[in-house]
This record gives sequence, C-alpha cells and structure tokens, in this order.
Amino acid sequence: MCLAVPGELLEIEGDDPLTREGRVAFAGVVRRVNLAYVPEAVPGAYVLVHAGFAIAVIDEAEARRTLALLDEIPPESRR
Amino acid sequence: MKHVDEYRNAADAHRYAEAIARIVTRPWSIMEICGGQTHSIVRHGIDRLLPDGVTLLHGPGCPVCVTPPGMIDAAIAIANRPEAILCSFGDMLRVPGNEGSLLAAKARGADVRMVYSPLDALDIARDNPEREVVFFAIGFETTAPATAMAVLQAELRALANFSLLVSHVLVPPAMEALLSDPASDVDGFLAAGHVCTVVGYEDYTPIAQRYRIPIVVTGFEPLDLMQGLYMCLRQLEEGRHEVENQYSRSVRAAGNPAAREAVERVFAVRPQEWRGMGSIAASGLGLRPHYARFDALERFPAIAVGAESESACISGEVLRGVSKPCDCPAFGAACTPEHPLGATMVSSEGACAAYYRYRRQPPVREAVA
Ligand code: SF4
Repeated sequence: MCLAVPGELLEIEGDDPLTREGRVAFAGVVRRVNLAYVPEAVPGAYVLVHAGFAIAVIDEAEARRTLALLDEIPPESRR
Repeated sequence: MKHVDEYRNAADAHRYAEAIARIVTRPWSIMEICGGQTHSIVRHGIDRLLPDGVTLLHGPGCPVCVTPPGMIDAAIAIANRPEAILCSFGDMLRVPGNEGSLLAAKARGADVRMVYSPLDALDIARDNPEREVVFFAIGFETTAPATAMAVLQAELRALANFSLLVSHVLVPPAMEALLSDPASDVDGFLAAGHVCTVVGYEDYTPIAQRYRIPIVVTGFEPLDLMQGLYMCLRQLEEGRHEVENQYSRSVRAAGNPAAREAVERVFAVRPQEWRGMGSIAASGLGLRPHYARFDALERFPAIAVGAESESACISGEVLRGVSKPCDCPAFGAACTPEHPLGATMVSSEGACAAYYRYRRQPPVREAVA
C-alpha cells in the first residue's frame, strides 16, 4: 500500500504549483506523475512515486553512501 | 532498474547476514511496521538469513488490513446507492467488511471503480456530473498527501459531486499503543521508509527515548532491510536506543515539507478505529471544518459507521505481532486468499497472505522444533 517506485523524470509540463506534472520512466513504462510535492525536481533526477505523486527526489550521494556502508563494517565486530 | 537492482544483490545480503551473526549475542525481537516490508522480508527470505534467536515480528503497517470493517460496510452502503460511484485502491475493494467486500457489491451491480491515484477519482467526477463520486480514502502518512491534493484540486475546480470517505491512519500512535501492550515484546523497530519520506522521523525521537527502544528508518529492498536490521541489532547490543536513518536516499529528518503542509491544511488529527486493535487516540485524520462539504458522511447522513463484529479470525493478534499467521487454526485451511476470513489474508501486504504465498510449508528447522 505504501509502495513507492523510483523512476527517472524525463520532462516537466505546466508551472501551476498544484497541477505541475512530469513524465516519469519506470523500467520502460512512462507515466504522468503529479510533481506538486517535489518543487526542486529537475529532468534527469530520479523521483520516488506513490499513488500518482512524486514524494521525494532520490539523493544520489546518499544512495552511494548506503551502498558503500557494507564495506565499512569491520570484519571483526564481535564484542 | 536504477535505485532498485543494486539493492537486491544476494552476495551482499549474505555479507550482511554474516556481519549480523558476528554482533548478535542474545535473542532479540524486531518489528517491521510496514506491510510492504513484511512482503519483501517473506518474499526474499530475509528472516531466514538471520541468526537463531533474532525474530522478526510483523506489524500493523498495512492500511488496507487495519481499515475497520464498519467503514467498509459504510463504503458498501454508499456504493449501493444508485446515484453513487465509489472509487478506491484495488486492494481495498477486496477486503471484507462485516458482510462482504466492495467487489462483491460490484458483482451485484454497484458502481465500484478501482483507481490508481485519488486524482483519477476527480476525473471520474468531472466526467459524470449527474452522479455522486466518492473516494474511499485510506492509507498511512505516505498516501495522505495524495488525498489532500485531491481535496485541494476539487476545491480549485469547484467540483460539487466529489466527496471522500476518510479512513487515514497514522503510524507513531500505533507504535506507542503496541509498546504499551503487555502482550507485545518488541525490542526494536524498523520504521517505514515511505511514511518517513513524507513526515520525516523527528516524531520518533520521543518514542525511542520514552520506551528506550531503537528505531531505524528503513527502505524496502533486501539490502535496505538487512542494513536496517544490522543497525537496529547493533544499537541493541550496544545498549543504545536512538533514531537512525538507513533510507537516507529518500528520507530527510523533516520529511517532505510541501506534502506535510498540504496534509496539515486539509486534515486535522482525530481518534481512529483500527481493525483488530480498537480505537487509538490521535491516530487518524479527518477533514478540517473548512472542507466538511467534501465529507461523504456529511453528504450521505443516512450512512452510519458501525462496530466490528465478532469473528474467528485472529488478525488483530497478527497485526500486533503477538501471533504469526501459522498460529491461526484457519490459516491455509478455512482461510485462503480465495476465501479470506480476514483482511490480513486479502491484501497482498497482509502477513497472512505473504505467508500463504511464500511460506505454506514451515521451514524444517521450525517444523521439528
Ligand atoms: S489466517 Fe485468515 S483467519 Fe487466520 S488470522 Fe489470518 S486472515 Fe484471519
């Protein structure tokens, strides 16, 4: 129910803050998505989409950091 | 798919499992709040990668499952009126109220429609000016901004034939209700990443402190879940009880300010009935008086929301993490996804449905224990 899927924002249409929409690509499927809640989104960014709304712009640096964390775990962490 | 595939690497998941096994010295029970996480955990077998003694409890985080049967009965009563078109999300249509589901009402001739977004219901209202279009609005904090925007746009477009049956629920009060319940033994929480994408995680700090319990905001892919579990177990082993954010690519401390503002504008916090858990203070959203004209219960004064009737289903215990689906005598026998007795078997995110789909056979280790 709280499923939200990341997709690439291809282009933005309209400039009314409530109805601004974008075309977002999800693994080959393109859907129209309301952008009212991501005023900072620009084409090329990845947005997280739920129930027809983008609810976040994915932070690429944080994504890289999350993936790198595994390599930082000390191999001998038994206390 | 970018931002998905890289979090599904099996070798990395096993490295996390090894890292977890290295730090765990005692038994712990960790609850994932969100039904989407439950589904992912059972589907990918995350719980089976964990050392003996680390138990995952499945929480009440499936909004469809916790929608009170009386609300579903009210939705059906509205749908049965000839002038009405009742719209909701697909999963909601299949969940039984006290008597039958919206899909069953549709089969008998009611105009019930599945929508992907609340904005689709606005278009249906525009296209059917002579009908009354009602959106059955359910969901957690993740979905509330979408509902709020439907109200704001309905106001903007002066849609007179659109209203909402609101049954939105909020997560933190339910967590507190669980923690105050003597039957539950939760040592740590994985908080729901998409709920926190909207509202942030500042509200969790007082809960973590008051109940001395670690809370880790966690994503939905296997590596997210393994990392969230690692962070939570490390806190438990080190005797810490803090709020940490595993899902930082999407979640900021204050959440999404634009979305929070829209929800705040349209809704006020109110007490809310949860299926199987009773009424929980300040755990729901109701339309503010300014938007009362969009309230379906005001528009159809003859419709009342009744109470939950007795049933053999133990989904209330399943939703509180007190029982596992396989503890239910009806599981897989009298109760299956084709003939569900309770909501947790209907929704694909309900724990009973996830176990039925991926876990009909108990693992050998548990079966001989
Ligand atoms: S198996 Fe069916 S009857 Fe038992 S708790 Fe789950 S939904 Fe209810």
